[in-house]
Amino acid sequence: MIAWTIYVSFLGSALLMLWPSSSPRPARLIALLTGLAGLALALAGAVEFEHASATGKLWEIADISWIPQLGIHYHLAADGISVTLVLLTGLAAVCGILFSWNIENRTKEFFALYLGLIGAIYGVFLSFDLFLLFVFYELAIIPKYFLIARWGSTRREYGAMKLVLYSFIGSAMVLIGLIAAYVVAGGQTFDLPTLAQFPFPAAFQKWAFLLVFVGFAVLAGLWPFHTWAPTGHVAAPTAASMLLAGVVMKLGAYGALRVGMTLFPIGLQTWRKEIALLAVIGIVYGASVALVQRDFKFVIGYSSVSHMGFVLLGLMTLTQVGLSGAILQMFSHGIIAGLLFAVVGRMVYDRAHSRDLTELQGLNLNRTLPFAAATFAIAGAASMGLPGFSGFIAEMQVLVGAWQAFPLLTIFAGIGILIGVAYTWRALLKAFYRDDATTAPLPAPHLAPITFAERTGACVLLGTSLLIGLYPKLLLDLITPALNSPLMQPLWKGVTT
Amino acid sequence: MTPDFQWASLLLPEVVVAVSAFVVLATDFALKRSHTLTDRWMSCGLLTCLACVAAMLTLTAVPAHDAGLFSASPLSQLIKVILLALAGVCAMFPVARKFTVHIGEYFALLLLATAGLMLLISSENLLMIFAALELLSVCLYSLAALDKASLASSEAALKYFLFGGMSAAFTLFGISLLYGLTGEIDLGAISAKLKSTGVEPVFYVALVMTLVGFAFKLAAAPFHFWAPDVYQGAPTPIAAFIASGSKVAAFFVVARIILTGFGGKGGSAALGAFLPGWMPLLATLAVVSMVAGNLAALAQRNVKRLLAYSAIAHAGYALIALLAGPRGLPPLLFYVITYALTVLGSFAVVAVLENSEARADLTDFAGLSQRAPLLSFCMLVFMLSLAGIPPLSGFFGKFYLFTAAAGAASGLGLLWLVVLAVAASAVSLYYYLQILKQIYAADPSPSAGALRPSFSAQLAIALLAGLVIVLGCAPGLLLSLLSHALNSSAF
Repeated sequence: MIAWTIYVSFLGSALLMLWPSSSPRPARLIALLTGLAGLALALAGAVEFEHASATGKLWEIADISWIPQLGIHYHLAADGISVTLVLLTGLAAVCGILFSWNIENRTKEFFALYLGLIGAIYGVFLSFDLFLLFVFYELAIIPKYFLIARWGSTRREYGAMKLVLYSFIGSAMVLIGLIAAYVVAGGQTFDLPTLAQFPFPAAFQKWAFLLVFVGFAVLAGLWPFHTWAPTGHVAAPTAASMLLAGVVMKLGAYGALRVGMTLFPIGLQTWRKEIALLAVIGIVYGASVALVQRDFKFVIGYSSVSHMGFVLLGLMTLTQVGLSGAILQMFSHGIIAGLLFAVVGRMVYDRAHSRDLTELQGLNLNRTLPFAAATFAIAGAASMGLPGFSGFIAEMQVLVGAWQAFPLLTIFAGIGILIGVAYTWRALLKAFYRDDATTAPLPAPHLAPITFAERTGACVLLGTSLLIGLYPKLLLDLITPALNSPLMQPLWKGVTT
Repeated sequence: MTPDFQWASLLLPEVVVAVSAFVVLATDFALKRSHTLTDRWMSCGLLTCLACVAAMLTLTAVPAHDAGLFSASPLSQLIKVILLALAGVCAMFPVARKFTVHIGEYFALLLLATAGLMLLISSENLLMIFAALELLSVCLYSLAALDKASLASSEAALKYFLFGGMSAAFTLFGISLLYGLTGEIDLGAISAKLKSTGVEPVFYVALVMTLVGFAFKLAAAPFHFWAPDVYQGAPTPIAAFIASGSKVAAFFVVARIILTGFGGKGGSAALGAFLPGWMPLLATLAVVSMVAGNLAALAQRNVKRLLAYSAIAHAGYALIALLAGPRGLPPLLFYVITYALTVLGSFAVVAVLENSEARADLTDFAGLSQRAPLLSFCMLVFMLSLAGIPPLSGFFGKFYLFTAAAGAASGLGLLWLVVLAVAASAVSLYYYLQILKQIYAADPSPSAGALRPSFSAQLAIALLAGLVIVLGCAPGLLLSLLSHALNSSAF
């Protein structure tokens, strides 16, 4: 049933493309219904999954021979990690639609591309044939370009092209690695569980791992390949930045884990420390740069780089707690970053038409847009990693795992969290709560009130973050068995901590 | 001694095409006084198309025959069907500006060129191959020059002719050396002789000379200088024909010469283990083509010119398949056939646009999505397929090709070529996106009204786009045809 998340999204996208009228209202409704259907299917799938596969075995969905000449199968399956990320995609998709309710310009095309992107993302999370996974992965690139180049804001064409070329170069690296792995393993199959059993020669693994891991990690914002992320996020329309930061960056981390780490455990051992170092640099660097940005959206953009650093660090710890923290962080960051982008892009920028923090300072937004201010305050707290929110559990787990593996680096990661508090606090004060009380407040301009759709979206995202923060077992019950599954066994072999 | 008339039944499809050329000429002559240019164009175009269909039907009646001057294997029959289909589509191109009054000659030359293509791929005899190549080339030179009102067309034809004549001389020289070395002009016999005797240095001269001539036909760099001018200057249907039909046939015949004739003399292009032979030569051609084509395409402002440079790059990718030896044949054929479909579609879109804009610069594509949504979507499909984005056929073509090449030499020896090719195709996405950006993200100029392409043009372009999608999602359809034909033909 969970496979229908893919089909429903693509069907919705096709329906929108063929829809005769160009008025925005039906397009929005179709998009919202499709998004909701996807979310419902994802939830139903998660429930079904819990019943079907308590043992951590792979949950088979479909396995049909697709291109027999090359041994390519249409192989869909899921484990707890996939299900977690499918849930995240469903949530982010629905909220993204709610926050794009105000798009009037070629609404139909916007949502058609948006749903196409969502469908491809669902596809990546559910594919267990490497060819199929790669097809979905590349399929997700093109809609991003048009979403940004057509509906974006600041330097949109530059941002879109940069993002697409980075993604494409990353996926080119992955492609080379996959072809090489296929050939070395005998040229019979692209099936992930089968290939994971194949003992690739150590010398081969060393470079193949680097190629595939880094190729995927480009999309996860691995420093120094992260520069597409801030510019892309800033240029993108709100819904697209929500998806980019919320889900697309997770595609990269997921691919790095699912393909790079699972196929090449020896390569992973070889490069573990170096990549962990890059991840920590990303954490500290992203946070420091976020601290000095004038553009509100850049603050969030760089914070994404910093938070994704925790995901990569968690993956490199190769401890149960670190890995489950990394996956939890993917989910948690997906929700919180989405919300932050929604506040900045939709609630503030679409109304005040400025994202410059010094300009916003004069607008008294906490009075004119109290809901936005409150949302940002709470979401910011969640982003800082305040206990009670999902981010706390996730980053704490990552740090605990990292402490076992790389004590020194962990200290720097901790410093990154502290800088995170600082930049969030700074942005919050500057944008919403004037810290300078001596001058008289400017007369507040009239801004359109926050709509019902925005309130709903914000509440859903905040509620989810709180729910996972207070009761992480919901997701951990999915993640932990998956980490102990046979597919992941090669990872734990020979780990020296 | 009874005369042997088997050759007549073997040649029937070619005869049909050649005779139709004269029928078309006569028809146009009859219509000349009484009918308008458009009517004459329509009837001759239709006749040409019918001739292609008739030739396809007669192909089924040809008995299999696989020796000597002329062979008719299931594989060559399959390729001929495809070539005829491509030629038929070129004949039906939507051309509003009738660039010539010599309509009968135009279509007759097109048919004769098609006959040349068909002969080219059905022989294993070097002389026959050369004769067919000349038939094809002479027709194409004249066709490229037919737009007499346009200076660019004349310049293109002249360049094409000069470069073509030069490379034909090289080929002939190479063939004569081969004949001197082996005393044979049949590819199979040459191969046998080469295997039994040691290799003399002059063999490599012959090899290089022969390949230079064909590299010209493939538009592989550094023998590509004619391509941008011809693509831009020649009448659009002719450019499309050169880019599609002529390309497929040229790749087929190069594969045949190399694999059948020089099979044992490949040497090796594996990294760190270079051995002299045709493999390092082809690898060099491939690398230079991919780099030069893609880099030059980045700077183009005219879409036809851009397509020309992209064609050079694509020739580079396709050459990699040959390095995989006979195993590379299915990927090569899949690649060039789907490429031909894609590029034909792109040129058709360009032709439609030219009907209203007279040019096809990047900026003329601005806002096309609002002026002609269906056409724009088809162009999106074609461009993304050329860039190699799944699930389009261009992606699978490249993937299949790279997989075959990577597995060809032991120890991933050819992976360096794959790495280069993948990197080059990452670069190529940039310029394909430039076109798509104009179509989808830019606004149309205020003076531009809605584009109203004819129903038949839209249908044909949509069909091509549909094929590109279907062959991408289900490549097994074409692959099983190809492998079936390959298994039942001695290649």
